[in-house]
Amino acid sequence: MSDELKMELGRRYRFAASHRLHSEKLSEEENCRIYGKCNNPYGHGHNYTVEVRVSGPVDPATGMIANLADLDAFVNREVVEAFDHKSFNEDMAEFREQVPTTENVCIEIFRRLKAFPKARLERVRVEETSNNAFEYAGNGIQDRRAIR
Amino acid sequence: MVYLTRKIEFSASHRYHNPAFSVEENKRIFGKCNNPHGHGHNYTLEVTIAGEPDPVTGMVLDLKQLKEILEREVMQRMDHRFLNYEVAELKDQIPTCENIARVIWKLLEPKITQGRLYKVRLYESPDLFAECYRDGAAG
Repeated sequence: MSDELKMELGRRYRFAASHRLHSEKLSEEENCRIYGKCNNPYGHGHNYTVEVRVSGPVDPATGMIANLADLDAFVNREVVEAFDHKSFNEDMAEFREQVPTTENVCIEIFRRLKAFPKARLERVRVEETSNNAFEYAGNGIQDRRAIR
Repeated sequence: MVYLTRKIEFSASHRYHNPAFSVEENKRIFGKCNNPHGHGHNYTLEVTIAGEPDPVTGMVLDLKQLKEILEREVMQRMDHRFLNYEVAELKDQIPTCENIARVIWKLLEPKITQGRLYKVRLYESPDLFAECYRDGAAG
């Protein structure tokens, strides 16, 4: 067990988008039963909040894990601009084959942000509403520390 | 194990500036945060203590005691202060959220004698925070 003091930076971003929960692998009745209102044919929208957590050594010259301007530019380019005011089902290739549940949206956002070059991506939390939140910390989550 | 979190709020000003950098570098790296006369935030601090409840009192530690520690170590030191000039522990560091959180960790850790300090999370705004914990401290 390492006793080093570990530091993380958390930053929250927002976008609004629509989705419809519907699986081609299920019958019409099953879709309706499983997804309920979320299966309505024309979709519906949410104001999503994304919390991005990165870790790394704090640069003594700047006092920072990563420059916020770099993190903001990266997340805005990779996520906010790509997801904001879109219909996930219709506008995003990633959700042609998979249902755009917030679980899948969270994993997709993690996949995109994993490439951030200036710090290590620890986890992504997506709040679909103020009552529903989803977190993903990459593969092997069972080996990592518990969601805090 | 039980995790107990106490939250406090303080307001302070700061400025990001490294004397080893040129004027241009300071501006480029720190942006608006480099403005000479500083700027301020309402900080929210969340301190989490981990421990087993005492069989007699049912408490991990007495919240009154934690409140007093936070008042003495954090509020009196940082509330309504200019962090660069008035907080000795931050004197030779850029008072970023990361560095302030680490200073708070170091101030609090030796004072927590019941349970152990598990996590310090410092919000500079609702959308930005730094968090520190011991690497081996599994949740």
